[in-house]
Amino acid sequence: MISTSAQPVIRMEGVSKFFGSFQALKDVSLNVNSGDRVVVCGPSGSGKSTLIRCINRLEKHESGSIIVDGVTLSDSRESLNAIRAKVGMVFQQFNLFPHLTVLENLTLGPVRARNTGKTEAAELAMRYLERVRIPEQAEKYPRQLSGGQQQRVAIARSLCMEPQIMLFDEPTSALDPEMINEVLEVMAELAASGMTMICVTHEMGFARRVADKMVFMDHGEIVEMSPPEKFFSTPESQRCQDFLQKILHH
Amino acid sequence: MKRPLILLGFASLLSGCSAQWGWYVVNPASPTGMTNLQFLLSGLYYTVLLSLTAISISVVTGLLVALPGLSDNRYLRSFNRVYVELVRAVPILVLILWVYYGLPQLTSLTISVFWAGVIALALSDSAFQAEIFRAGIQSINKGQYEAAHSVSLSYPDTMRFVILPQAIRRILPALGNQLVYMLKMSSLVSVIGMQELTRKANELVVTEYRPLEVYTVLVLEYLALILIVSAAVRWLERRMQTDERN
Ligand SMILES: Nc1ncnc2c1ncn2[C@@H]1O[C@H](COP(=O)(O)OP(=O)(O)OP(=O)(O)O)[C@@H](O)[C@H]1O
Ligand SMILES: [Mg+2]
Repeated sequence: MISTSAQPVIRMEGVSKFFGSFQALKDVSLNVNSGDRVVVCGPSGSGKSTLIRCINRLEKHESGSIIVDGVTLSDSRESLNAIRAKVGMVFQQFNLFPHLTVLENLTLGPVRARNTGKTEAAELAMRYLERVRIPEQAEKYPRQLSGGQQQRVAIARSLCMEPQIMLFDEPTSALDPEMINEVLEVMAELAASGMTMICVTHEMGFARRVADKMVFMDHGEIVEMSPPEKFFSTPESQRCQDFLQKILHH
Repeated sequence: MKRPLILLGFASLLSGCSAQWGWYVVNPASPTGMTNLQFLLSGLYYTVLLSLTAISISVVTGLLVALPGLSDNRYLRSFNRVYVELVRAVPILVLILWVYYGLPQLTSLTISVFWAGVIALALSDSAFQAEIFRAGIQSINKGQYEAAHSVSLSYPDTMRFVILPQAIRRILPALGNQLVYMLKMSSLVSVIGMQELTRKANELVVTEYRPLEVYTVLVLEYLALILIVSAAVRWLERRMQTDERN
């Protein structure tokens, strides 16, 4: 396991984000070190997705600064390309390309955006498909796979770009219960390999097992941030206690 | 030579009904009838060539006009609106006359009947194509753009490899309709002397004085052509659908 370096790899300072007049992020600051596994939770609409979508610039923040591995996020093309190369993302709805086979889904990015040769990209793809344990599905189309398999393909697709940081936005929320574990398993392995990860999830068992930092958000703010032992045993704020109560008791 | 036989059957059926019919003008069994039939059919080449050339150009133009319509930039979007509204407002026949007789005066270039027809048909159709593409592209889930973004695809690559292949599958039936429409509208180019199906029929009517039979054959020609095109489009749709749907 990689020891955490002194310099944070993600540095958010005073970040605010508005949708029209509605403020989805309020002066949010967050540091993530290399190799950190951060789990973000909080009630619906609290700004969890917005937070991580700002990190790979799917959303633009209006004020504050976000620095990812030395690159300050801005409108410039260079910063956008640098950020996208460093940060991978897995979505709740998988967002696989339905008209492409699994293998083509995985090789499109490397071939078009990183100028990897076709054969080399295919080898890379097969390596990651083996890592998510579905190499036998390479020639199928996404619709022919189960939800859990699709999400594992989506994870492999992100990994094929060899990112430094992986963002997960409720990766198991759209899955049938019996498929959740196979995806969490893959994510836990990824965490064990030293990947820097930010996961929005309500899978608290996974959080306890994998996270080294818990973040609780409410109304666009980070209300609580602490190591999981402390977070689950003695949460400080009332809002966080209420939330945990609700989510752990059902 | 199945078609003339079918026509013959059709002809004998109808000839009993009324004294008005004079199928001899297109009776393949007689030498003149055969010559006349061949004359009528010879228009097929330009009808098909004209329509296919025009639709190829209008599909590309339509796509190029659709893309600015999807932009965040207000001026690009208004370019799209103005183009679509303007072009859609002009009747095709007027456009054909304008391009053939008007445009040469403006540019002092002579333009062939064929290219005048192609330009007018393509221009007119491009406005509809632009709307079809815009709707097709807009129907693609925003998550597809986000996934493409997250694997670092550029905008052109996102369009080319992710969005358009899916959009085109969805708009294929509409594109098929446009091709059918184009085949029919190409008959209007006969007014400037294009030697396509309708023009040939008009010329034969003038020499034979049998409009009923000649135009009936013309109707059947378009019918056959369009049935074939529809079948081809449906086949293509089925083929493409085998690897769609999420
Ligand atoms: N594109 C948008 N336009 C307008 N408002 C938005 C947009 N995206 C998010 N919001 C609003 O911002 C707030 C935060 O949304 P966000 O998706 O970040 O919440 P979340 O914590 O991820 O919730 P959930 O658990 O439901 O996914 C919500 O109130 C939402 O309605
Ligand atoms: Mg969310």
